[in-house]
Amino acid sequence: MEEKCLEAMIGIAEDMYEQMREGKIPELRIATRTKHNIEFNEDSEVWVYGDRKSVRSAKAVKGAYQLLRMAYVIDFLKEQLNQNRSSTLRELYYISENWEKGKFNEQQESDRLIEDLEILTVFQREHFHIRPEEDGATVIGPLRIREETRRGVKEIHCQDDVGEGGYQIPINVDRIDFVNHDAKFVIAIETGGMRDRLVENGFDEKFNAILVHLKGQPARSTRRLLKRLNTELNLPVVVFTDGDPWSYRIYASIAYGSIKSAHLSEYLATPPAKFIGIMPTDIIRYDLPSDKLTDKDIKALSSILTDPRFDSDFWKKEVNLQLELNKKSEQQALAKYGLDYVTDVYLPDKLSESGII
Amino acid sequence: MIAEELAKKQREISIAEFFEKNKHVLGYSNPSKSLITCVKEAVENSIDACEDANILPDIFLKIDRNDNLKVTVEDNGPGIVKEQISRIFGKLLYGSRFHAIRQSRGQQGIGISGAVLYAQLTTGKPAVIISKTSPDKKAQRIELYINTRKNEPEIVKEEFVDWHRARGTRVELEVSGIYVKERKQSVLEYLKETSVVNPHTKITFIDTEGDIFEFKRVSEELPQATREIKPHPHGIELGTLMAMLRQTDSKDLKSFLKDEFVRVGDKIAQDVIERAGLDRKQNPGKLSREEVIGLLKAFKNTDFLPPPTDCLSPIGESLIMKSLMAEYRGEWVYAVTRKPKVYSGHPFLVEAGIVYGGEIASEKMTLLRYANKIPLLYQQGGCAITRAVESVNWRNYGMQQSKGELPVCPAVLMVHIASTNVPYTSESKEAVSYIPEIADEIRLALQELGRKLKEYVERKERLKKKRKKEDVLSAVLPLLARKVCQILEKDEIDVDRIVAKIIGKVHIERLVSENDEYREVNLKISNFTNSRKELKIYEICSGEVEASDAKIIQSSYSTLKWNVTINPEDTATLLYRIKGKIINKKPMIEGVEEFELAGGEVTEMNS
Repeated sequence: MEEKCLEAMIGIAEDMYEQMREGKIPELRIATRTKHNIEFNEDSEVWVYGDRKSVRSAKAVKGAYQLLRMAYVIDFLKEQLNQNRSSTLRELYYISENWEKGKFNEQQESDRLIEDLEILTVFQREHFHIRPEEDGATVIGPLRIREETRRGVKEIHCQDDVGEGGYQIPINVDRIDFVNHDAKFVIAIETGGMRDRLVENGFDEKFNAILVHLKGQPARSTRRLLKRLNTELNLPVVVFTDGDPWSYRIYASIAYGSIKSAHLSEYLATPPAKFIGIMPTDIIRYDLPSDKLTDKDIKALSSILTDPRFDSDFWKKEVNLQLELNKKSEQQALAKYGLDYVTDVYLPDKLSESGII
Repeated sequence: MIAEELAKKQREISIAEFFEKNKHVLGYSNPSKSLITCVKEAVENSIDACEDANILPDIFLKIDRNDNLKVTVEDNGPGIVKEQISRIFGKLLYGSRFHAIRQSRGQQGIGISGAVLYAQLTTGKPAVIISKTSPDKKAQRIELYINTRKNEPEIVKEEFVDWHRARGTRVELEVSGIYVKERKQSVLEYLKETSVVNPHTKITFIDTEGDIFEFKRVSEELPQATREIKPHPHGIELGTLMAMLRQTDSKDLKSFLKDEFVRVGDKIAQDVIERAGLDRKQNPGKLSREEVIGLLKAFKNTDFLPPPTDCLSPIGESLIMKSLMAEYRGEWVYAVTRKPKVYSGHPFLVEAGIVYGGEIASEKMTLLRYANKIPLLYQQGGCAITRAVESVNWRNYGMQQSKGELPVCPAVLMVHIASTNVPYTSESKEAVSYIPEIADEIRLALQELGRKLKEYVERKERLKKKRKKEDVLSAVLPLLARKVCQILEKDEIDVDRIVAKIIGKVHIERLVSENDEYREVNLKISNFTNSRKELKIYEICSGEVEASDAKIIQSSYSTLKWNVTINPEDTATLLYRIKGKIINKKPMIEGVEEFELAGGEVTEMNS
């Protein structure tokens, strides 16, 4: 596997070498990573990149730097694989400090370049021995897992063996096995505050639910876990978020696949995941406390209207309604009706509407 | 008897009093301005004298400080005969220019005699004039006062002296005044601005501290002489018309109109007379005031052809550019001379020039105003030229500008109005009043300058960007090549040609392969620019040379010369064999600019 991955990376360097040897301006073609270049794949039911390519060409200053950094990164990864070491995305960014003109100006650039490499090689960063920082997202619920840790294999029950903080999702989710479970469904929650509320109210026990804390836009490992829980354990997944455009995007990245990593959609996305977050209609239905939309919110909502992943009557109606209302509400706005309202009324309502309970 | 004596007395005090009362409009309102006015009168007199005699002016000015200030101005003009000296310098309001309708420096104050009077009134010293009309003669030296009772010259000393000049005039005035430096209104600034519009004039100035300033001559050509024209009926005023009627030699009204005005023929003259309800046979000298007013009104109601405009003498675009560049050492200059136009019967034309960048500081744009080649140093704020400049939206041309102000830009802008009748705001002739026709012309001229400047600045920016891009790429691409080769463990490859291709240059590459007998040299020339290039390529070699398509010039070394034409995107290959060495480091090329070439050296062999 690693050898093939290395071969694929060397192949990129060979491409550039051949172009330069022939006196051509070196360039690389990489799938365009915008909402205009994602397509729905009928088989996997997720959104993947279409045929549009962006050219990174040495013709422009920016492109020339990108190619130079690409060469430096390939050289570094080659050494890393040969020595069987690994590093984090952040470490890679700092390592580039020594690359003079090849150095990155901010971590976002090196992160993106690794994504470029994934797309070009059709391998994942784990194969390059590059991992993200611990994200800290957690799971709590009636699930027993077996994790291969550096200190041996451990079996953990995600209710009985953990504190209130829950079980921390490891970076490489494929290294855990599901032993057994007593769950009826999985609920992914956007904010820490709401997760804690559900834990305090004993929601996991009462409803036999696995609570997954997303911590905002979920990391790959969190999305991979949701996908595995759904496909391997056949558990339905619901996503419980705030009622604003950023939350809808969180849902989209879980259910449809994210734009930035659409090359991994088939591996990360959970198409059957259902949205049970706060919707614009809920703001009216539950008469929730709300805030006015900011200019950024409005821009993000308008952008959603042209995002092919949201091209359904449901989302069109809801987003347009929200623009009309000019309001957004948080999950915790439900506390208006008391601390138990969310677990006693709201979630049971939503879950039965979705046919989960 | 008493009345007559009173009248006489009145006349006696009149000239000194006239000066005292009017000194603010005559340019003598304060000590520093008075000094500038004295310099101005003398220098302009000198330039006029030279131009009238078709001599390129060479003016020398010195200001010495003793108890007072001594102003000495010398020229290389034709010199002045003795009788004229006393009249020109010793009599106020004497001069031939007073009634002439022509574009002239004159019409300024009361001329050099005003300066003589100012000197006399402030220091009591006579004016000293030396003039020589022929190299064979001695110079005439005269010391004179103006008799303020009679307005007549009073010579206190006259003699013949030796003088180093072949011809010319020198005037020395001792005045009380203040010499200031480094200010918008100063002798130095006046000379500088004068020099800009008189490129044919050389001015040497020695100031009170003995510092020498030279304003070089940048043109060997005398300006076209201005032509006198008769007045146009639309440009005449009541007083002037009455004076003309009194002084004319014409016997009847109709011939008066035809003889004394431009654009008045038989039929038009008849129209005017009828419109005024007069008779063509009337004696012009005997018209009543009311009849003259009627005549003026008839002028207004009659259409005439506009006056001829070929009587104006512009400085010209190329000379303005040369002068501005010489004086302000910018990096770019442009000038416009507009076609002559007419306002209220007066021909006029507008010229404008701008010099940008280089040594010019980036603050508010400096504005130089001129009327009939005279710099206007005072009342900038109250001048229609300033208003016109401020009314242009310079932001359209990429400059910063607060509303109604001069733009911020490292530039010096000059505007010149030439006319037979410059519409000054007042007798002091320091600012021009607002005339829509003139303002429009100024704006049009400025807009053209603005457009050209914008084009220049943008082109410069583009080149700068291109150069920066080239710098980056010629650093980054070799690094990329090296890194890629390192990854693949291959020999390094040369990417100069690729950089040339990206930047759009002509690239030349010399590949040498050797065998036992000779070296084979391969020149590969690629044209990555977007224009067709006609090139001459040279190589200098020692030893035996073989090249089928090159011209070989033999001396101690052999010079190979090829003529090649390469279209954009095309590549040419030249081959030759040598037994010796190549002497020149890089192939030499003619027919391409330095910034367009990579891999070779630009040369100018002209062989």
